Amino acid sequence: MKINWFRYAAPAAFYPVAGRLVPVFGHAALALMLFALYWGFFETPERLGGSNPQKEYYRIIFIHVPAAWLSMWLYLVLAGWSAVGLVFNTRLSFMMANAIVPTGAVFTFIALWTGAFWGRPSWGTYWDWDPRLTSELILFFLYLGLMALHSAIDDSRRADRAAALLAIVGLVMLPVIFWSVNCPDPSNCAALHQRSSLSSIEGNILTAMLAMTLGFWLYSFATAFARLRSIILTREADSAWVRDMLAREGAREGLQPALPEGAISSAKPDAGPDASPETQGRAGA
Amino acid sequence: MLRVFWCILSRDITLALRRRTDVLTTLFFFVIVVSLFPLGVGTEPALLRELGPGVVWVAALLASLLALERLFAADYLDGTLEQMLLAGQPLSLLILAKVLAHWVLTGLPLVFIAPLMAIQYGLDKAAIWVMMASLAMGTPVLSLLGAFGAALTLGLRGGGILLSLLILPLYVPVLVYGAGAVSVSVIEIADTKPYFSLLGAFLLAALVLAPPASAAALRISME
Repeated sequence: MKINWFRYAAPAAFYPVAGRLVPVFGHAALALMLFALYWGFFETPERLGGSNPQKEYYRIIFIHVPAAWLSMWLYLVLAGWSAVGLVFNTRLSFMMANAIVPTGAVFTFIALWTGAFWGRPSWGTYWDWDPRLTSELILFFLYLGLMALHSAIDDSRRADRAAALLAIVGLVMLPVIFWSVNCPDPSNCAALHQRSSLSSIEGNILTAMLAMTLGFWLYSFATAFARLRSIILTREADSAWVRDMLAREGAREGLQPALPEGAISSAKPDAGPDASPETQGRAGA
Repeated sequence: MLRVFWCILSRDITLALRRRTDVLTTLFFFVIVVSLFPLGVGTEPALLRELGPGVVWVAALLASLLALERLFAADYLDGTLEQMLLAGQPLSLLILAKVLAHWVLTGLPLVFIAPLMAIQYGLDKAAIWVMMASLAMGTPVLSLLGAFGAALTLGLRGGGILLSLLILPLYVPVLVYGAGAVSVSVIEIADTKPYFSLLGAFLLAALVLAPPASAAALRISME
């Protein structure tokens, strides 16, 4: 079967698709996360590491590491969508990038927060100016800056493009975070995060960690699509297809057969009898 | 093309020198912020020597940020910026000239006033030289990156606060290695070399990448 992918670049075409995908991804994410939590709590060894092992508290790895991965990956994805939007001038790409930002910020925050909880028993401190902690904090500020810039600009076209450009410029931070475990000058800065590789992790721990990562990915898809749908609706509120769809949904739920022009403003209880016909007309236009 | 560059550079500097208060405000802001710290944290000489490099650098960051809003604002309001966009000259070059003028007016004075501040903090002669060199290499990067932020937030309400939120995270590497060079020089002067190599790399990268990025941001903001 050949699918015309460009068809789904239109917000009107992608809106129902996203609506169908949200529950699929959401349920799969829930199932995977529950599985990962079960596996992480009951099927993994009690301690991590060789000499001087970490005891039960190491289990926060199942939240901390996937969240940290996602915080970086989501930034990469949103910068990618921003680039696509700037190059091809497609509105949906900007909306997608915009929809990913809050999820990325949440994962960055979770990574920092769980890191503090993990740091207390293992390093003896909630916070340390370790290069990776610092750069993850900067990533968090970048996410906040993206949200602030986008909401400060009223014109949605300019907001989209400005935020997209900022996302691409901020991309220079990503390699810094990724490689910040390897301190440029080990005699000068003591990095608390140690170098690690996936192959040296015990099998059950790895299973739980990867399952959680996949669960977080699916969760990100679900939330991004859900947010995307509301962004599409807000942006396209004036277009015919949104009004048609609202009318159809209203009819299906047994409300009025179809919403007449200006019905929203006149249906509002606080509109009052003195609402002039021009305000009603403007609301319906 | 070089003539346009000189034209904009001399125009911006002349304009600023006609209104000297703007330039001096930035400079005195820097001086005051640096002088406030000993009053807040105590005047223990050993403590001040340790704090000095970081405080001077953070103050330089804030001073540079304070002046950034003015980079495009006046030209935007009177329509000059629009004419620059329409001119048949590469916008990146015009921006580079404006940034250079901005640096000459706000960054360069900091380089020369910094020794005075360093004396307040009891830094020795070698550290003062390193501080001047690191500021001379680091402040142009601040101006270049700041131009991008100023272009993005052009004409927005609350633009100044937003600008600091966007740009300060990007300033972090310059701060770390600029202040780091001075701190290290107190211990061993030869160890500053990697810091200066990195600052130089930042400067070159910013010189190449920041003007086109600012030009793109300006086009978005002026649409």
